[in-house]
Formats: sequence, structure tokens, C-alpha cells
Amino acid sequence: MPDARISIPPKVNRNEPFEVRVQIRHPMETGYRTDDVGKSIPRNVIRAFTCRLDGDVVFSAQLSSGIAANPYLRYFAIAQSSGEMTFEWVDDAGVRGSERVAVTVA
Amino acid sequence: MIRLLALAALLAAATCCAQERAIPLSQLRSGITFAGNDVRAMQNDDGANPGLLWVQQGETLWQTQGCSTCHGDARAAMKGVAARYPAYDATSRSVLDLDARIEQCRTTRQKAPAFGRESDELLSLAAYVAFQSRGMPYAVSIDGGARAAFDRGNAFYHERHGQMNLACTQCHDQNYGKRLLNETLSQGQPTAFPAYRLEWQGVGSLQRRIRACLFGVRAAMPAPGAPELTDVELYLAWRAQGLPLEAPGVRR
Repeated sequence: MPDARISIPPKVNRNEPFEVRVQIRHPMETGYRTDDVGKSIPRNVIRAFTCRLDGDVVFSAQLSSGIAANPYLRYFAIAQSSGEMTFEWVDDAGVRGSERVAVTVA
Repeated sequence: MIRLLALAALLAAATCCAQERAIPLSQLRSGITFAGNDVRAMQNDDGANPGLLWVQQGETLWQTQGCSTCHGDARAAMKGVAARYPAYDATSRSVLDLDARIEQCRTTRQKAPAFGRESDELLSLAAYVAFQSRGMPYAVSIDGGARAAFDRGNAFYHERHGQMNLACTQCHDQNYGKRLLNETLSQGQPTAFPAYRLEWQGVGSLQRRIRACLFGVRAAMPAPGAPELTDVELYLAWRAQGLPLEAPGVRR
């Protein structure tokens, strides 16, 4: 079940970096583990994560099996005007998740 | 002589009802005070605490599973509830912890299938309910129907268990703050639960944590939901009297 928490400041200043924090609920199964009967558990990690601000990519990441479950991403972005920030990710099983928040420029 | 005997009897009567505490109330310490700086920072910052993901799911379930139909807004209705659990339930004539109480509400009142212990749904709802009492002090009742369960929990806590032949009290009352290999022994306070444990990479219940401790001393582990575990939960909650709830806490 794709589930995420995004936190950005309620108001940001024009052309000044603001902090974006993203938590995604995901098992990030490494692919190196086996189940109780010795069968290997297929890898299932979030492969790609993209953050856009009004359509422009401001941050993207390729995650791998070295990242712990429920990945936590923290980065900075700059906004010139108020707009909508969208977050999209896809995992190895092809499950897509997305989230959107409004960015308000003071 | 008779006067002395009478005095002794009076003293005995006075001490019989007040349960003795191994750690004085003023010296109780949450498990987070034994944790490293990284874990503390993670718990103190809601933007970084992964347990809030479960709280968020619990909030959704509260609406979609019909909890809100009877209970209304959890922020008001569930405030302080978790601090009183485990509590004696007159209908089932047993002590129920928060998870069992939610399951009971679901199966007997909603006539819905139980979520199951340690299921994501139950943990999320329990985390959401407990979250409403964050910062409030533990205040469970050990009187009336709860007394028998409390006494059993008390006995379990002080009995030796497993191949290691250890009682809970030996680590958590007599040796807390000292190191066991690379672990610092905590007081074994339940304040964080349901907690995000880094070892589990997810949220788990207090019962799961107690089972993990029993596994550690190579003892037989009661099944999740077993009355022995609820008894210990009640004892631990009484033992933590006055400590603020931290759910969802973060632990190593």
C-alpha cells in the first residue's frame, strides 16, 4: 500500500532554498533474504523517485537494495512562485505511488 | 510486647496494599534516555519518525473501518485512553490491552473479522489511538478485576525464565544503565509502544518486544495475545506510572 508523508514549510521565500522531507512506507525488500523454507524473496525496492515542481523535475533519485525499509529522503528546493509539488515513485513490483502538496511562496 | 505486636500488625497491614516498587517513581527513565543520539533525534522529530506513517494509516482506518461512527473524532474521544490500558474488561472478565480492546470492539460490536495480532491494520489503529495520549502519564488501575492479572504479571516479571535462567527484574531493575555487550540495559519501560524498532524495520507491539526479550533469554515464548503477555504488559504499565507515553516511539 503506497503511503507517504511529505513535510515542507507552510510558507517559503521566493528563490530561497527550503527543505523537503519525504517518508515513504515501503518494505524495501533487498532480494538477498530467504523465507522460512529457504526460498529466496524477490527484490522489491523503490527503483525511482521523482519530485517535480509545476512539471519541472527538481529532484530525482535511484534507490537500491542498500536503502533501509521506509526510506526517508531529505533535500532542498527553490521555488520562484507558488505551485504544486508532485512526488512519484515506482518499485520493482511495478507499484506506483504518488503524492502532491501545495507550495506557497510568501 | 502486645503493643509491639499490634504495631507490627498495623505496619504489615499498611504495607500489604501499597505495592512495593523496585525503582522509585522519581527514578523512572524512559527507554529513549538510554538510546543513542541518532535514535533520539529520530523520535523527537515527527518529520523523521517513521512511526508516524503507521499513525497516518491508523487515521485512515479510523474513518474507513467505522470507528468514527461511534467514537467520533479520535483526537478528543481517544485522548488519554491508551494511558489507562491494559484495563479490566467486565464483559470478557479479563484484562485487555489496547490491541485486544480494538479487536474486541471489531469482532463483538462491529461483527467484523479480527485484524489479527501484529497485523499492519491493528498496529496502525493502536498507534493512532496511542498517539492521542502522547505526553500523558501512565495511570493504569490494578484494583478490582485487574488485581489477579497484575499479581500474575508481577510473578512472571520476578520469575526466572529460559536456559539463561534470567528474570526480567535482574536486568531491568537491578542492572539498568550497565552494558550487555554493545547494548545498554534499559529499565524496560513500555512507554514507546507500539514503537518503530529499527531492528524490525517496522512498528511492533509491546507483546512482540516482550517475546523478543524471552527469545533472548532462550525461554518459551507465549503466543501473541496470550494472557501471560497481557499480565506482564499490565505489570509494566503499572511500573511506568507517571512516565509520559511516547507512542509511536523509536527504538533500536
